[in-house]
Amino acid sequence: MSAAGLLSVADLSVHIGGSRILDRVTFAVPGSGVTVLLGRNGVGKTTTLRAILGLLPSTGSVTFDGVPVAGEPTHRLVQRGLGYVPEDRCVFSGLTVAENLRLAERSDPPRYDDVFGLFPELAERSRQRAGTLSGGQQQMLSIGRVLLNDNRLLLVDEPTKGLAPRVVTEVTEALARVAERVPILLVEQNLAVVRRLGGDAVVLAAGRVAWTGAAAELLGDAALTRSTLGVGVGLA
Amino acid sequence: MSTVVLLTLTGLGLAALYFLVASGLSLVFGLADVLNFAHGLFLSVGAYGTWWAAANLAGAGDSGGGFVLAVAFGVLAGAVAAAVVELVLIRPLYRRTIEQVLVTVGLSLAGVALLQAAWGADARTFPRPQWTREATPIAGAGVPNAGLLLIAAAVVVLGGLLALLRFTRIGLVIRAGVENREMVTALGIDVRRAFTVVFAVGGAAAALAGALGGVYFGAVSPGQGGSLLIYAFIVVVIGGMGSVVGSAYAAVAVGLVQQFVNYYGASGLGDVCVVALLAIVLLIRPRGLVGRLA
Repeated sequence: MSAAGLLSVADLSVHIGGSRILDRVTFAVPGSGVTVLLGRNGVGKTTTLRAILGLLPSTGSVTFDGVPVAGEPTHRLVQRGLGYVPEDRCVFSGLTVAENLRLAERSDPPRYDDVFGLFPELAERSRQRAGTLSGGQQQMLSIGRVLLNDNRLLLVDEPTKGLAPRVVTEVTEALARVAERVPILLVEQNLAVVRRLGGDAVVLAAGRVAWTGAAAELLGDAALTRSTLGVGVGLA
Repeated sequence: MSTVVLLTLTGLGLAALYFLVASGLSLVFGLADVLNFAHGLFLSVGAYGTWWAAANLAGAGDSGGGFVLAVAFGVLAGAVAAAVVELVLIRPLYRRTIEQVLVTVGLSLAGVALLQAAWGADARTFPRPQWTREATPIAGAGVPNAGLLLIAAAVVVLGGLLALLRFTRIGLVIRAGVENREMVTALGIDVRRAFTVVFAVGGAAAALAGALGGVYFGAVSPGQGGSLLIYAFIVVVIGGMGSVVGSAYAAVAVGLVQQFVNYYGASGLGDVCVVALLAIVLLIRPRGLVGRLA
């Protein structure tokens, strides 16, 4: 994968509590489609997204749309068009669905038609407290918050984690539609989802980039998948 | 019967005073994770600001519209002081809890010393309208008007804070920030602005407590803010960090317990019972009566 792209990460390192979590991670995200960040549990996938967003102290460089952004406050990065869907959704449970969405509004006008077109349930439950939604509905709300705005790139962290199979399919199809108009850097463990969304893949191992290439190539090679991810393709 | 009415209403007056100090303290802790030991200083700034303005500010005085102007000056002074403290001292220290505690404790001590240096350590007679020195007969009890004024002010402040939190954009940011500050930032919102607003609003409420507390006690002294702050912290913990409504419930409980136990028990026993109440609530509900915002 080339060093140039909409988002370029070079030599990104993160130390937490004396441990090196990321070690000179380098990769690029192109301006279209889905780039999947893969790896076993604990290799630093979520840390990578959080470091890119400035939610963790890091060293190295992050360039977004040609502008060096490492060290910028998170809210400014997001205002540049980096939308973030965190692991575990992080909806504001005490606020209603409508309030969660209103809080996320940045674009004028916000794209409520897009959000409710993709997730009609959110419109039906706009007065419901987000904390009382099901896991799938909370994930829809979490994704809906970033779709309200004209983002240039979405960082999406394990959107199907802990969801029922039917909801996984629903969320995956929604992400596929979203990816038609905005590129996504996706952290995902579910290889069926990776296969559906395709695109490029970056595999992390022990905090380092272990492999980059096309997701289809990775999933098409059982030995490679087993050696980099520790699972058989059959699990997908 | 009249004794119960009197104790209830004077207890509520005390509760109103605690609530005015605790509401801002609670929001500041809930949103910014700042344990602000300098919050009592904002109360003192409000009290001394009102006291000074009543004697020196053109148009201000100790009665009628002049007194309202003096109180407004004190409240404004408290809000400005709080915003400056947040911008200059607290902002560089977010996420550095120990340093925050040291700075705010130091500031509270320095503030008291500054007030003593400027106006002496002795209590000063507070300017107050004549009607606040009188009492209103309610169900056979003569209830001090200054206490009723405090209750009315606390109700207005509670309503205003709830309206701010529920119907404004900044209120939405505050409510979300109390729950998950990092996620608010990740939505592209500069949450530090909300910190400043919360500090200023909390400072204004504390300053109002200082001004109306001066009316209630009839005097103002440099250490007043610090002594009330202790009860405000208890109220915040009982009510639940970050909850304005919780602070209101807790303030009422603390004020009433203090008044009734001090009267029917022994003087000073009320304070012991307040600490016991704190311990009981923490054992039963570690997050306080209302462990969430508003």
